[in-house]
Amino acid sequence: MVEWILEPLQFGFFQRGLLAGIIVAVSCGILSGFIVWRGMAFIGDALAHAVLPGIVISIVLGIHVLIGALAAAVLSVLGIATLTQHKGFKEDTAIGVIFSGAFALGILLMTRVASYKDLSHILFGNILGVSNLDVILISVVGVLVMIGVFIFYKELLVTSFDPTHAKAIGLNPQMIHFALLVLVAATTVLATQTVGVVLVMALLVTPAATASLLVRKLKWIIALSIVFASASILCGFYLSYYYDLASGATIVLVLTGMFIICFILSRFRSR
Amino acid sequence: MPEIFCYGKDCDHPPVSGSSALEVRDLNFSYGNKKDLVLDSVNLTIKPGEKVAFVGPNGAGKSTLMNLILGLEPLQSGSIRVFGHNSISCRHRVAMVPQKNSVDWQFPVTVREVVTMGRYVHLGWYKRPGKKDREAVDRAMETMEITNIADRQVGALSGGQQQRVMLARTLAHDADLLLLDEPLNHVDIATQELIFHTMEKLCDQGKAVLVSTHDLGILTVHFSRALFLDKSIIADGAVKDVLTPENIARAYGFEFHKNKELTPWLNGS
Repeated sequence: MVEWILEPLQFGFFQRGLLAGIIVAVSCGILSGFIVWRGMAFIGDALAHAVLPGIVISIVLGIHVLIGALAAAVLSVLGIATLTQHKGFKEDTAIGVIFSGAFALGILLMTRVASYKDLSHILFGNILGVSNLDVILISVVGVLVMIGVFIFYKELLVTSFDPTHAKAIGLNPQMIHFALLVLVAATTVLATQTVGVVLVMALLVTPAATASLLVRKLKWIIALSIVFASASILCGFYLSYYYDLASGATIVLVLTGMFIICFILSRFRSR
Repeated sequence: MPEIFCYGKDCDHPPVSGSSALEVRDLNFSYGNKKDLVLDSVNLTIKPGEKVAFVGPNGAGKSTLMNLILGLEPLQSGSIRVFGHNSISCRHRVAMVPQKNSVDWQFPVTVREVVTMGRYVHLGWYKRPGKKDREAVDRAMETMEITNIADRQVGALSGGQQQRVMLARTLAHDADLLLLDEPLNHVDIATQELIFHTMEKLCDQGKAVLVSTHDLGILTVHFSRALFLDKSIIADGAVKDVLTPENIARAYGFEFHKNKELTPWLNGS
């Protein structure tokens, strides 16, 4: 058993992937609680799709894909901010317009410039193909997300629970919301590296959904989400190493499995 | 955005001596269309230590006026002074118990966390609640008799308990002018009594309380002064003078029934 665990660790690509995966898991776990309870699941999924043109353009320009993706995500968030703030559209409408357009642009660009190999890595993730530079970028963004949520936890809490009170004490709930969206966007970009564009929603939503079946306090939900996300990434790693399974799909299925187990457990407990 | 800079800033203006708790002068307000005034030359004064009931029909502008006092909407004309200052320049002084539907009760926060939110106005960015804040929170929870449910998630509470939590948050806020928007809806008798008892204690300390309500029975028992608002102040004075049959009919839309027999249920309250 110990050998089974240690054997792949001698490879640099496995270590790098594991480190990147854990950072992604922690970032997703931290934000997951807010995404689930502020009703932002749709936006997480949409953001993951909207980063596609950024990724393709950075491949064309020869810059790092995470930078292009991050730029596209931030631009998209600014786009919804503009539509909801100045034109009075509901947020889901703004998301629908901007993100489907961005995704379509991404697909078109991709079919013109990228090969199928790039394409499948973008769509489904490739956790075992992480470079040193990837790890550095993922760490930097991951640490920024952790610090951001840690410092502004109380403001995030009050704007989630009672935006009117938040406004009455001089906070700007909209601005906090957009700051949170930028963090979600950054995390989405990191997570596409591990599970890909198509499945990133699972890492953003399922950990906190699972945790919420067991505990009802945000701090505990966040702590458990980190545990669930990390555990699923570890499982996905070893399973895809030993059995040559697609890493993204494996991770998501492990998460879904945990959700189902916890759901059944919580049914028994509430009886 | 100027409001970002005043969050948590210490209020260094003491109350102007001899000033009213609340003074509203020539206040006009409209949403969008300038001709369609929601508030039309509203004037009112509340002294420290006063407890005032606030009545009027639905859509009379009660919530709008409370929002303006809190600084949630920008002033369009006229002035609002709280203890002699603009309320926006000193957010410690005003706090509101909002209507229950303005809060996301399902959000996973505990009673203690919600009451602690009343301290945020004193903390501001980066600072975490300290010993003084925890003590204020404990005191507020004791006053509202919710210490035993401090670790429960707020969505799992009864309507009365939720209202106690919101009032405890306002106590922790330590404001001098309290606005309560329909605090008695869906609330049990014990909680109602506790709310009134607490309000009386606050008024004895020189704080002022403005309570909007639809419950006329409670009004006559617990208040000495009432304000009747329907776009402008229609009546202001002793409860029995304000609650004339005409005003009651107006507040509850009785004329509406007489004219259009089929629509009372459309008028919903």
